[in-house]
Order: sequence, then C-alpha cells, then structure tokens
Amino acid sequence: MASDLTTQILDALSASDAPILSSEAFPSTPSLNVKSALDRLDARQMVQYETLERDVVTLTAEGQEIAANGSHEAKVFAAVAAAMDGLKISELPVIVGKDNAKVGQGNAFKRGWIKKDKDLLRASQESIVDETQQQLLAVQKTKTLEDQKALQDLKRRKLIALAKEFNFKVTKGPKYARELVKEETDLTPEMLTNGSWKTANFKPYNFNAKGAPTPAGTLHPLNKVRQEFRNIFFDMGFEEMPTNRFVETGFWNFDALFVPQQHPARDLQDTFYISDPAKADGPREDSPNDPHVPVRTKNDKPLDYQKYWDNVREVHEHGKFGSIGYRYPWSADESLRLVLRTHTTSISTYMLHKLAANPRPARFFSIDRVFRNEAVDATHLAEFHQVEGVIADFGLTLGGLIGFMEVFFAKMGIHKLRFKPAYNPYTEPSMEIFGHHEGLGKWVEIGNSGMFRPEMLESMGLPKDMRVYGWGLSLERPTMIKYGVSNIRELLGHKVDLNFIETNPAVRLEKD
Amino acid sequence: MPTISVDKAALFKELGRDYTTEEFDELCFEFGIELDEDTTNSDRPIVDGKQEAPQLKIEIPANRYDLLCFEGIALMLNIFLGRSPSPEYKLTQPAKMEQIIVKEDTTKIRPYVAGAILRNIKFDQARYESFIALQDKLHQNLARQRTLVSIGTHDLDTVKGPFTYEALPPKDIKFTPLNQTQEMDGEELMNFYEKHQQLSKYLHIIRDSPVYPVIYDSNRTVCSLPPIINGDHSKISVNTTNVFIEITALDKTKLDIVNKMMVTMFSQYTLEPFTIEPVEIVSEHNQETRVTPDIAPRTAQAEVSYINQCCGLSLSPSEICTLLTKMAFRAKPSTTNEDIIDVEIPPTRADILHQCDIMEDVAIAYGFNSLPRAFPDISGTVAQPLPINKLSDIVRVETAMAGWSEVLPLILCSHDENFGWLNRKDDGTTAVRLANPKTTEFQVVRTTLLPGLLKTIRENKHHSVPMKIFEVSDVAFKDLSLERKSRNERHFAAAFYGKTSGFEVVHGLLDRVMAMLKTTFVGDGQAASGEAQYYIKELDGVYPFSQIKEFANSSDPTYLPGHAASIHLRIDGKDKEIGAFGILHPTVLQKYELKYPTSTLELNVEAFM
Repeated sequence: MASDLTTQILDALSASDAPILSSEAFPSTPSLNVKSALDRLDARQMVQYETLERDVVTLTAEGQEIAANGSHEAKVFAAVAAAMDGLKISELPVIVGKDNAKVGQGNAFKRGWIKKDKDLLRASQESIVDETQQQLLAVQKTKTLEDQKALQDLKRRKLIALAKEFNFKVTKGPKYARELVKEETDLTPEMLTNGSWKTANFKPYNFNAKGAPTPAGTLHPLNKVRQEFRNIFFDMGFEEMPTNRFVETGFWNFDALFVPQQHPARDLQDTFYISDPAKADGPREDSPNDPHVPVRTKNDKPLDYQKYWDNVREVHEHGKFGSIGYRYPWSADESLRLVLRTHTTSISTYMLHKLAANPRPARFFSIDRVFRNEAVDATHLAEFHQVEGVIADFGLTLGGLIGFMEVFFAKMGIHKLRFKPAYNPYTEPSMEIFGHHEGLGKWVEIGNSGMFRPEMLESMGLPKDMRVYGWGLSLERPTMIKYGVSNIRELLGHKVDLNFIETNPAVRLEKD
Repeated sequence: MPTISVDKAALFKELGRDYTTEEFDELCFEFGIELDEDTTNSDRPIVDGKQEAPQLKIEIPANRYDLLCFEGIALMLNIFLGRSPSPEYKLTQPAKMEQIIVKEDTTKIRPYVAGAILRNIKFDQARYESFIALQDKLHQNLARQRTLVSIGTHDLDTVKGPFTYEALPPKDIKFTPLNQTQEMDGEELMNFYEKHQQLSKYLHIIRDSPVYPVIYDSNRTVCSLPPIINGDHSKISVNTTNVFIEITALDKTKLDIVNKMMVTMFSQYTLEPFTIEPVEIVSEHNQETRVTPDIAPRTAQAEVSYINQCCGLSLSPSEICTLLTKMAFRAKPSTTNEDIIDVEIPPTRADILHQCDIMEDVAIAYGFNSLPRAFPDISGTVAQPLPINKLSDIVRVETAMAGWSEVLPLILCSHDENFGWLNRKDDGTTAVRLANPKTTEFQVVRTTLLPGLLKTIRENKHHSVPMKIFEVSDVAFKDLSLERKSRNERHFAAAFYGKTSGFEVVHGLLDRVMAMLKTTFVGDGQAASGEAQYYIKELDGVYPFSQIKEFANSSDPTYLPGHAASIHLRIDGKDKEIGAFGILHPTVLQKYELKYPTSTLELNVEAFM
C-alpha cells in the first residue's frame, strides 16, 4: 500500500543523510507507486527527489517463455534428436506443439541443426547451443543488450520490447521526520465542536487540479441565442406572434404575400406539400376554441374574409390598389394546397390581417421553425429557425428602417451595417443587410428587410398610408458564426453532441 | 437568383473605364446587383487551346429580366452612371408586315404566340453567344423551364411567310430537328430525345398531348416544335442578318415580357439601332389578333408626397424625375397636379407593377446608404411574450435547473420512427403526411417528441451514462375542423438513459415540474381541492394517450407493462389525461438501437394554459 511505502521510504532515509536510489531500495515496487508516494512526501517537504530515466530492454510474454524453456528451434532439435531413427515430419507438431513446430522447424533448418530425409527429420549435430535463450536470459538479468544486431533481431521476433525505466534519487527534505503526521482531509463539524481544528494538521490542497464536477442541467445553445434575440425584441416593445402552426395554406404562405403562383419558391423542389390532410379551407375566422389567437381590441371591426380572398385573387390576376398585378389566371385550388410553412412571414401576414380590424401602430416578432425541401448538407437542413420582426405604423420611412436596424443589430454587437437594394416578391423596397464581421474582416449578409408591398397590405384592408417594415434572418447562421460551428447538423437535430450542449457558455451577444 | 457571367474587359470597355474589383463591387452594391466573383486571378478553363478571358459573375435580382445578358447589364449600368440615355425603341413600318396565322387547335395545347424580326442585325461571336444565352436564361427563369414560354429564333432568309401556328397530331409533323440530319415525326422525335441531356427534361410538357404545337412557313417548312426544338432548316448562325423570332406560351403576360426582352436587348445591333420590325398575329378565334411586340413605354403616375414620405426625403418633382432617369425611366412633373409625376416605364422594366417600385428606384438612385437615418419612435407599443412560450419557458428552465439537458431534434421524422418503432399503429387520423419529401427521414410531422429524444441518445453513445435529456416543443395533429386541417400542440418530454431504468427519476421529474406549475399530487381516496391537481394511473398494455380509442387495447405498447402510468390533470373539477411516463418496451429500445434501459415522460403543456 502507498501509505506503507511512504513509511518505508522515510525509514530507508533514516540511516544517513546520503541519497538513496529507489531501484536499489525498492527493486520490486512499480515506479508509478514509488512516484506517487514520493509526491505525497514531497508536497509536505519531507523528501526531495530527482527522476533518473533510462532505456531498458524487457522480455515479452513469448520472450519470457523462451528464456525459461528454450527457443522453438531448440525444442524441435530436442524432439528430432530424441527420435533414434528420425522423426516423421507429420509427427513433429504432435510432440512439440503446432506453434513450436511451425516456427522452430524453419529456424532449425536455417541453423543446420536438422535435415530432411524423405518424410523424416534427422539431427545433423550432436548438440546445439540455444543462443536465443541465452540472449534472453542475459536481457532478463541486465535489462540491456549491447549487440545491436541481436537486439533488432529479437525485437523483430517480438521477443523483447524497449521501454523506459524510472529511478528516483531521494534525499531528506527540510521537514523530514520518521513518521508521516496524521493529516485531516477536511474541516469537520466534530473538529468545530471539540476545538481540534486549532491543532489539526490539514492535508495540503492541490491547487493545480480542478474542483469536483458540479452536476448541471443546461439549456440548448441555439435556444440560449434565441432567448437573447427575444430579450432584444422585448426591450424594443415587440409582441410575440403565435407561430405554433407548422401547416399553412398556399394562401397564407404565398398568395397573401403577393408571391405569384408560378414563383420558383412554390416548386416541389423547394416547398414541402402535404398529402394528408388533402386540402385546406379558404381563409376564415379563427376557431373560438383556439387559446393562442391574439386578443381583440374593443374597437375591432369585423374582418371580411371573403373580401380578402377576392382582393388577393384580383391583385394577382388583374391588378388592384394602383398595381397592374401579375396578370395570370389565378387558381383557387393552388391557394388551398397545404404546405409546411416555408417562412414565419405567413404568421406575420395573419397578424397584419388581424391588425386591419383596428389599424394601429404595432410591433410583432417571432422566432420559430420553418421548413424547406432542401437537400441536406453542411449549411442546409430541411428545418431551421427564422427570426422575424414586423413594425406597422403611419409615416414610417426607409431611413427609419435603416435606423432601426442599426439599433437592433448594435444590441447584438454588430455596429457597422450597409444596405443593398434587393428583390423580394412581398417587400418593396427590399434591402439586404450586410454587417461587418471584425473577425473575418469582411462584410457578411446578416438579414433581409423591406417595406411590405401595398398589394399585400391593402388587400387586407389596411389603410394606404400605413407602412409596415418586415425583416428576417435565420437563428442558426449568426449562431454558427459566433460559435465557429461549420456544420449546421452540429447545432440542430439529433446529431448534436450532448457534450457541446452541456459545456456551451452562456450567450452574451453584445459581448462575444 | 440567376448569376450572369460577362466578359470583364468587354464590360469595362462598354462602361468607358477600368474598375478595380472593389470599385466594381461597390458599383454593383449601390445598383442592387451583386458581384459574386471576378475570375481574373482564378484558374480559368482552357477552351480550344485558349484560356477563357477574365469573367465577372454577377447575381441578378430574380425580377430583373433586363439584366439577364451582357447587353442589358452594360446598358442599365451606363444609364445609372449617366453615360447613356434610356434608348427609344421604335417599330419599323415594313411595306408588307410578316404574319403568323394562328389555328384554333393551338388552344388545346399552347394558345398564345408572338413574333418579331430583327432586320439587318450584325452579330459577332460574342453577340451571337449572348443572344443564345439570353434565350436560355429566359427559358430557365421567367419561362419556368419552357413550360410557360418558349422561344424559337430563325434565319428569316431561309423561310417564307406568312407563317402558321398550328396544333397537329404528332404523327403528322415531319421535319429534321436542329443539328440533325434525319427527318422524323413527332412521335419519333420524342423517342429520339428521350435520353438527351438537355432536351429530355422538356419533353413532358407536350408529350402526352394528342396534338403538338408547330410553326410552319408558307412552304410547309417546320420552323419549330415548341417548346422542344427548332427545325434544322431555318437555323441561325453568326452570319445571319435577318432574325425571325417566334415565341409561344401558356401565359400571355410572360409571353409579352419575353418578346420585349429579346428585342430590346439585341435591337442595338441592327443597322439602325433600337429598331424592331413587328409581326402581325392573326388569331381571330380568341381575339388575340394584334401586332407584336408592343414596345411602347407604359405610362404611370407616381405621387411626389408618397415617394418623399417613404424615402424620408423632401425632393422636388423635378429632382425625383432626374433620379428616375438614372433608372431608365423618362419622367416629368405632371402639368395638372403638382403632387404627381408622369413616368414612362420602358419596355425593359417589366418589374414595375406599382408606384412603390418607382419609389424604390428613387431610393436606389439616391443611394440607400445616403438616405437620412432615423429611428421609428413615434408610437409606443407594449412588449409581450406569447403565453404558450412563457409557459414553456417555465417548464424548460425548471427542468434544466433540475439537472436535465435540453436538446433540439428535428420536427419531421420517418413514419416508422413516429409509429412502428414505438409500437404504435397509425390509424390515419393523427399525423400530417408530406407529399414530396426528398428522403424517408422526412415523411410525417411528429405527433410525439419521443423519436427525437431517442435518436439524440442513439447518436450520443459516446456520452457518459446516465443521460438525462428533455425537449419542450410542438408536435402537430390533423384536425379537419380547422381551416389549415391541422394544429400544433406544445409537448414536454424527457428521457433517462442509463444502467438503471430511471423510472423513478422521470417520475420525480414529473413531480418536480408539477410542483413548479403549482399543481398538487392527489393520491387514492384523497379529496379534490379547488387547486390544480394531478394523479397518475398504471398503464398496462394500454396505449399511452388513450383518448385515441383505437389504441386502447394495443397488445405491444410503447412501455414495459406494469412500469408505465398515464398522467391526469384536474383543473376546476375537470379531469384530463395529459400524458404518460414509463420504462420503454425493450422492443422499442431495439428499434432505436439503445442498449441500456430508458424511461421517458411526455405530456401536453397546453393543458396548463
């Protein structure tokens, strides 16, 4: 036991002040045990030691076997020599064993110890010297082998292995004593009661090691970033939208947003369509049992859903509200197809339509899952989170949208923005937002924004002079940039590493 | 968004100066296109022993069909830079106008046709290639892979009008297709091109129709079989000087746009630039007799006050008109109303639908990044979380504080993961099914959170045990009473995976979460109180959510018999089953490749709203 060993070491040192060598004092104790005992004593300044290191040769299991009982070839020779009239080749394995026969027969031929006579083996010498065994015995004794050629040969035959041997030169330390004083590992209630803490000798604490791991639950890193975004929205007076609705109709997801029915985004290649249930109803009043619908104001006027539907059809097909429209035959069936929402803007549309019952300034946001029928790769998943904000008010300007974005993104530590004209079917003007990434030293696209088109808003019945900003970004992209995650599957989905989730630091968007 | 590759040196020559990559990137950014790549310093392909000249790869907004070729990009940038005026396109007045006579049968397959002639055009290799490339870009984008519109271009000197646009049975159409030597009929042609790399993907557009659309000249020479291929007889080359363009379509608006793009982009190369010879379409049966193309500018009006209000500017009408000139419009203040400007929208700008589009172009010409910045602070609004999210956050945070780790698996899963692997049967009334997933991983919207949790454990076998994970998120159910025929439901689920079953551990988590939701445990025989209460009942071979009656007697359930319970909530004296917990059945573990016992808990959070 290690504690016994510390006492033995202290005893061994007691005779004189001369250093002792661990290899001489404790030849059969593994050096790791010696070291740990020495470390205990060293920490208490009772001994000092230095480590001496040397290369040694040790025997493998097979090597030890040969050292004890002779080489394969020697066994083969002995068997052949013992047979007076030669030994049948087929009998050799029976006498010496299969393994010995296989290796030993070849080696014995090579050394000229035996020869073949038809199907018999005969000894060619009276006696032999088993060099291999002798070399191995020497190695066992001295742990060295001077003859380099023999060394390489034995190593190749996997009979020996090279290793390092540690030896410790130990001297008395400044606080040397014959016995290790009893140490207290911790302060206990008893010590407080009986006062023994005053004289107790405390075991030194290892300040280089970590403390005991704290069992901890944790929130998902992506949700932590989501909460930061939510806080920013709450700081700025936004109401969270009821995005708990994965299935949408073509109407709410596309048509109401003035996305034409031939738009590529509506291709099977891009959008998940639903096969069951088969077909939606047209837009209508929410179910009275739905606990998630927004609260009505007392000034709400009733909404005319049929008129909304007709307006949408007309503005696509023939133009309306000052627009010439897309001028194509609009299909009601296409509008009633069910889809997995491709963006949460479908919910913004639903909320803006509700606002038309009592048009007033409003700020809405949501952060929730959207679905795209994409081929999965390092940067694309069929699901991701969209962050979306909407501001409705009278007299909003494009400069106000830019100004808002500067404050919004500054709250997450992005201070340099620029804006590129872009195209989006439901916003005009549309702006791509670029932020300067200090780490990458370049401009990266961080979001899309714009003012919703009059075709969309006036179809709902919102007044002509009400302007609505909309902007969106993915939750995953900024998170991937922040954490240096290059594969989205390491952030979302079942392939995420639990250790990553458990060790991910708290999110402070404005700091990191 | 389409990406267009243009010759860098040629474009800079057109723009009258050299730009550094940064300078050109900046110009694109301000104008609203995006420089994707400058290949000057890249490995460029070697074609016919000659390395390709440096290219600029430019991303174009999806509605700017006028920027789909070199000619359009050069023209619009030159106008933006004030180097060129917006061209005035003119139709010539030929002594005898070419005609396309439309037969009524075409309404059965592809009802609309238009035409135009570029006379005395001078191609060179680059112009010719650009002309071909523009057709391709229009086919891919606006024309939706030729389904809605397709273009045929012909050497007018090899054919003779008047032309006819007909629809005939495939067997009756015989001609030699472009770049072939052999004559074939419509049916043979379909078989011939079945494996063709490019053309095979268009065959479906007409293949099964009893009649195919076809354009003949007056000698019954086939010009084209839209939308598949032209005839070889009338093919154009770099040396063609008179080009006949015919365009057929399902969508008349897009037909007109495509025609306008073809002629406005390439009429600059005719003897008298920007002139186009019209073609008369004779189509009495559907009142579509007309002269094409219609390249007259569209006149529209825009309100000065609207433009200024949206941009946050106070520009005079004439300042607005000047800015609009940079975007290829001709605009002048109205003589009758000082708040109105009259805008002529050139045939190139098919993207202009409303005065908001004109307003945006004023903002682009002014410079988005030069607009006066403000902060919208006129109105105060009240911040508010969505109630169900606020409730979910309580459950999430309490569960994490109790030592569990939150995971975020996917919402879509395979049918087996949602049903069979959990020993549940699909009676067709619960799960929303996808029509067109690309993989079997995504077949249904999950109706339970368990598959995601179990897959997360499966993928994290390297993690030490026990694993304690949870999720609070939505599942979806079919609900035919609703407009969208489905509804989400917020669930809470947790899974314990370790060397012991963890049954009591998930039970304890349930108790903890209930306590935090101020819901007290009510045991056997205990009286109901006014507060929210919960109790559990042993499940034995019973499907966990027994409101789905069909499964009430399932013999091989999700949980190990005798080691599972249903969870019941009592609020205001009403009892509701809200979930279940238990040790997963070993066959479930086998399906999910889990080698240690696992206990799970799942409940509907909405009950606590």
